[in-house]
Amino acid sequence: MKILVPLKRTADPDNANKIKIGAGGAKIETTGLEPKANPFDEYAVEASLRLLENGQTKVRIAGDKLTIASFGPKEAATNIRQALAMGADDGLLFLSDDNALDGDLIARALAKVVEQQMPDLVVLGKQAVDGDSNQVGQILAELLQWPSATFAMSMELSADKKTVIVGREVDGGVIKLRLTLPAVITVDLRIVAPKSVVNHVTPATFTYPDGARFTPLPMIIKAKSKPIVEASLASLGVDTALKSKYLSFALPPARKGGVKVKDVAELVQKLRTEAKVL
Amino acid sequence: MSYLFENDEHAALRSQVERFAGAEIGPYADAWEEAEEFPLGLYGKAAAAGVLGIGYPEAYGGVGGDLSHVVVASEAMVLAGRSVGTTVGLGSHGIALPPILRAGTEEQKQRWIPKVLRGEWVSALAITEPGGGSDVANLQTRAVRDGAELVINGSKTFITSGTRADLVTVAVRTGGPGHGGVSLLVVEKGTPGFTVGRKLKKMGWWASDTAELHFEDCRVPMANVLGEVDQGFVTIMQNFATERVFLAAQCVAIAELAYRESVAYARERMAFGKALSGFQVTRHKLAEMATRIAAARALTGEVVTRVLAGDLAATGLAAMAKNVATDMCSEVCDAAVQIHGGYGYMRGYLVERLYRDARLYPIGGGTREIMNEIISKLEGY
Repeated sequence: MKILVPLKRTADPDNANKIKIGAGGAKIETTGLEPKANPFDEYAVEASLRLLENGQTKVRIAGDKLTIASFGPKEAATNIRQALAMGADDGLLFLSDDNALDGDLIARALAKVVEQQMPDLVVLGKQAVDGDSNQVGQILAELLQWPSATFAMSMELSADKKTVIVGREVDGGVIKLRLTLPAVITVDLRIVAPKSVVNHVTPATFTYPDGARFTPLPMIIKAKSKPIVEASLASLGVDTALKSKYLSFALPPARKGGVKVKDVAELVQKLRTEAKVL
Repeated sequence: MSYLFENDEHAALRSQVERFAGAEIGPYADAWEEAEEFPLGLYGKAAAAGVLGIGYPEAYGGVGGDLSHVVVASEAMVLAGRSVGTTVGLGSHGIALPPILRAGTEEQKQRWIPKVLRGEWVSALAITEPGGGSDVANLQTRAVRDGAELVINGSKTFITSGTRADLVTVAVRTGGPGHGGVSLLVVEKGTPGFTVGRKLKKMGWWASDTAELHFEDCRVPMANVLGEVDQGFVTIMQNFATERVFLAAQCVAIAELAYRESVAYARERMAFGKALSGFQVTRHKLAEMATRIAAARALTGEVVTRVLAGDLAATGLAAMAKNVATDMCSEVCDAAVQIHGGYGYMRGYLVERLYRDARLYPIGGGTREIMNEIISKLEGY
């Protein structure tokens, strides 16, 4: 089985308060923001590894492969390297300017990558934490004409590896979809809960730690010798014209200090007269 | 700022340790410092995250890496965990295990090291005695041979992780007076005659427990002796040499944390209608803090590079780095408290705690005066 995980380099979401907008609102100032892998993409890597290994013995299933694909500047290799340290096998970096990409272009480029790599499954984060567009997985599935499931909170790979049952959290419960491979799945954060991924190789009694795995030093060192192939975005032969255009950016208004009220009566009165919501 | 020797491998390690400490230590730092203890379960978590085994061979359950990785990991743990006590308590194996690794037999290494690195056993190093610390060659705890056993009598004090240690690497006198009669051996918890005295109250390092240990006709098999009998002094001195680098690096990390706290506070705190950072006097104070940290970091980093290159000059330089870094750390933490004003004097404010933690460093792991003695001897006067 072969899995492809696209990975986006985003500004560290823990430092979101440091974000500044350039003069005229033309773009977000990225200087001083530490680039990190999009957390949802990291969850996609973790979930994919759980499909490809025996979690108890930490042994990978022979013949299986996990490839990471990223679009961006040369520095994005660092983020691919991090995924390789987690356990991915190789990386593809398509060099491009971060500002000359949109979800539609990425999806079309990924469709070409899928043609070349022929994975059984593409696992993506449901969205990137910077643009929050939430489009790539859906457009990609449409372009490939593959079955897809979005916002996966669980995945169960059948023993014959022909289908995946995906759990999706919705209001009032969980919908389960059975996808026939090849397929596209986008994951939500609960996909890295201890028992979210079942592959019928990891014993049912085994419990994963919550979240994406830590990469101990030997894995970091090993990752340095794993291949990352660089190519230009143009080499994929896609039309690089952007369909979505960002016109301007603005920070949300700063939050104002609150007030303390004496009692419920005062609260209700303020909600009525000041907030005018009652 | 990072060390000059750091490469992308160190950067990846830094981010992993920061992620671990940010999730598993940071949120509890104040509570654990006030409770003067962190949960034993943290050892297992640190082991699972690959943090405990940094700097130890994979053959003994470590994750590999060298002094440079240990230094970077400990800084990341201080910066993200924000608890010096927890960092040093969790790291007490950093001084307890190297003697086993250096002088122990293969059987001894396999017997003790993996258990500690898996987070199952807590380890401590016991050298200092109530009657003397710096004067190692004059230690008084005696171990007398009786057949296949050694019978230990004496006391040790200021032992980091001592109250909970399952394994203590102990320095004892097996031979005549002076450094030629000192041996190192391992005493396991539960050995009859080995008891833990009171838990000591300290100025800083609260989350790390510190104990007195007593040995009364404590019988330990000869198989627990590390290396040759009466030959422990050199191993102890080698251990101190690396500990000095750890301590210098901790000082750099603590100062860095105090500095970052101060910058954030100076930007936020208003006085006379503007932020503290709007005053030149504050900016210059911060600039001096940053400069001093950079200087101590440069020297500490140089020592690491020289140690790794096997440069003999590293010994003297390590002593110098410890003194430079400890003094720098005390001064930077003092400045941090001053910038915080009244809040800097209040419990619950990080810089108040760091100020107290910093005071240990010119004393522990060889005092400033002992460092100067080492430097004097090596300089030949």
